[in-house]
Amino acid sequence: MLRYALKRLLATIPVMAIVALFVFSLLYLSPGDPAAVIAGDIATEEDIAKIRAQLGLDQPYLVRFGSWLGDLARGDLGVSIFTQLPVSTLIGQRIEPTLALTLCTLIVAVGLAVPLGVLAAARAGGWIDRIVMAVSVLGFSVPVFVIAYGLIFTFSVWLEWLPVQGYRSITEGFVPFIRHMILPSLALGVVYMALIARITRATMLDVLSQDYVRTATAKGLAPGTVLVRHALKNAAVPIVTIIGIGIALLIGGVVVTETVFAIPGLGRLTVDAILRRDYPIIQGVTLLFSAVYVLVNLLVDLSYSLFDPRIRY
Amino acid sequence: MSMRTTRWQRHGLALALGLAMTASVVFSSPALAQGKVLKFVPEADLRILDPITTTAYITRNHGYMVYDVLFATDAKFQVQPQMVDKWEVSKDNLTYTFTLRDGLKFHDGAPVKSADCIASIERWAKRDVFGQRLGEMTESWAVVNDKTFRLKLKKPFAYVLESLAKPSSNVPFIMPERIAKTDANTAITDPTGSGPFKMVKEQWVPGNKVVYVKNTDYVPRKEAPSWGAGGKVVKVDRVEWIYIPDAATAAAALNSGEVDWWQQVPTDLIPVLAKNKDVKVESVDPLGSIGLLRFNHLQPPFNNVKMRQAVQMVVNQNDYAIAIAGDPKNGKPCASFFTCGTPMANTAGSEALTGKRDFDKAKALVKEAGYKGEKVILMSATDQPIVHAQALVTQDILKKIGLNVELAASDWGTLITRRGSKEPVEKGGWSVFHTWFVGPDITTPALNSPLRGAGEKSWFGWPTDARLEELRDAWFNAPDVAAQKKIAEDMQKRAFETVPYVPTAQFIIPTAYRSNLSGVIISPVTFIWNVEKK
Repeated sequence: MLRYALKRLLATIPVMAIVALFVFSLLYLSPGDPAAVIAGDIATEEDIAKIRAQLGLDQPYLVRFGSWLGDLARGDLGVSIFTQLPVSTLIGQRIEPTLALTLCTLIVAVGLAVPLGVLAAARAGGWIDRIVMAVSVLGFSVPVFVIAYGLIFTFSVWLEWLPVQGYRSITEGFVPFIRHMILPSLALGVVYMALIARITRATMLDVLSQDYVRTATAKGLAPGTVLVRHALKNAAVPIVTIIGIGIALLIGGVVVTETVFAIPGLGRLTVDAILRRDYPIIQGVTLLFSAVYVLVNLLVDLSYSLFDPRIRY
Repeated sequence: MSMRTTRWQRHGLALALGLAMTASVVFSSPALAQGKVLKFVPEADLRILDPITTTAYITRNHGYMVYDVLFATDAKFQVQPQMVDKWEVSKDNLTYTFTLRDGLKFHDGAPVKSADCIASIERWAKRDVFGQRLGEMTESWAVVNDKTFRLKLKKPFAYVLESLAKPSSNVPFIMPERIAKTDANTAITDPTGSGPFKMVKEQWVPGNKVVYVKNTDYVPRKEAPSWGAGGKVVKVDRVEWIYIPDAATAAAALNSGEVDWWQQVPTDLIPVLAKNKDVKVESVDPLGSIGLLRFNHLQPPFNNVKMRQAVQMVVNQNDYAIAIAGDPKNGKPCASFFTCGTPMANTAGSEALTGKRDFDKAKALVKEAGYKGEKVILMSATDQPIVHAQALVTQDILKKIGLNVELAASDWGTLITRRGSKEPVEKGGWSVFHTWFVGPDITTPALNSPLRGAGEKSWFGWPTDARLEELRDAWFNAPDVAAQKKIAEDMQKRAFETVPYVPTAQFIIPTAYRSNLSGVIISPVTFIWNVEKK
């Protein structure tokens, strides 16, 4: 298994290299000029040209790509064109809120969706099943920002229970941290919950029709034990897979959630950088997201053997 | 059984109490007492710290927080000394001698010296349009002593003080010499100034928060504040600029008291805030901003003056005002090339915009111009509501006069890149775009960049008009205000004939703040000093 993990880790290097080349080329070809954004609306063309030269943006593609790749090889992600702060510093400032939001969302979504999916499967065709499925369809259909505004209006403006926006680090205390995380996690978690609940239900229905489940029930095992220890464990592989795939969904959703709740995370950093054409940030964050995605997939693959002993690496 | 029930009941009670306590802590209302911390939602995110490299208004506003200026313009458009204590002008008007006030210090504790002022002005003069003119007129700057310095001119220039008191981008802020020596095209990153606030750079999270603290060493002037002039008395200990990108969230944050002041409120959210008795929605900008419709003078069809005149003939400023501001209270026509409400604004030739909007005549002009259905690319930026609102109105009028118009909608970053293209539309060029300037940026011929007729050296759109340039030069040499006004009128008449651009409307963007704030200064630039929080 260790060998397999190492092989997979090594395989990420060419993947990252392709991502790097692709992102750099795409940004090079896309319209937009950070020098024009820096100079401002009143600046003349001459002013912009001087700034462009100062930033080295007038250099040919290969020179710029070579320079960036050289810096990258030394572990230097470059400096933001606008703030002049190192990209690693900016990512460092933003990684905690995004990580916190993603983890809280995962906990909320998995913690609620898996039991609901199991329950819906156990009571297939009943009212619980119908409610769970209806809510999950709704969860899929309503955009994240609509849910977010609804939550803000209800819990922040109307009931005044929770803050509207912002982020507090866990180092400032658990209570302020969690107060700022509840609404964003719920808003972001709804789609994710819907996805996991539906997959859990479908997989559980399949497993529950298997002979060994009928045998376990016939042997007189408690329904809860049959559901959790026998059925859910065997349904875990597709569920874990969908949780892993859902990380990409979360990263997409994080952008909207961070914008609505004014959370200074990586999603907003990326969008702001795209709008301003802050190339070093876009490249740095894209590489980071790609690495995270590759690693999550690796972890998902490795976890299969925990749920199904027949899977060996 | 009864023992067991009792134990479960006890456990249940304890659990319920625990949950209730946790919930009471987690769901309690946010603390209202913020002390002397002012939480301010700015118009944009601060990304660039150098107010000389960029003309971005958010950086200008940051500049006013951390830097001070030699002179400032007050609400009566008069130049007032700020860092300068006294100044003398020689009889031949060729030498200006400035003496600094006592007690001026930079944030690092170093005293403000003459050399700092000279280096700062020289750097500014390399970038700013007014500064460049001052630079052309300058023979030399010289240090007399630490507090006194001298400007020698090549020939008399009546606008020395006006240029040094320029209120909007680029503002001639004073920085330490070691920073001001930086190349004018390289953005500085050290925010050390001598202004009323100090930036806490280590707490700066771009895209989220900028923190300033009161500069306790700052010595304000004794006069009452008036625009950027007068005493800059800071009445809070700390200011946090909290950037909230989503307008609905910013409104909710202000309504709930999480923030104290939201600099620019979109029109559609004014009713949401107006219902709250703890929030004041006000218009504190006396000049507002001016929208404009800019043509590409290098490429067909708008390289033909008749085509530009045809469009001007059907521009209804009321439509643009409503499209931008929503409410007639916040938007109005301004048929002048100089910001209405300022000394150079006038009505010469303005019937071109205030007269009957004649679509038939405009169509006839289009025909006369020999238009053959060439594609007109109207650029718009959907992430800039003021730009996009204008573009939609323009698209409609261009269609109505029979032009083959294509709305090229993109983000602002793409638009400002494309507008640099001088190519025909088939090769990625453009025909028309919109933007807007804050009122102080186009008050005079010296400042109004889009009004220049210097061909390819002009601002984007590149109109060529030798007469406009002659008049601009004459304005700089005008002996008095009356002569300046006369030349401004002549320039305006000429501009309505050759149509370098069309002013679309004058509008204000209201501000909103909690009712426990007082002392907000009425000014075209948002200043934080003098604001008190109770």
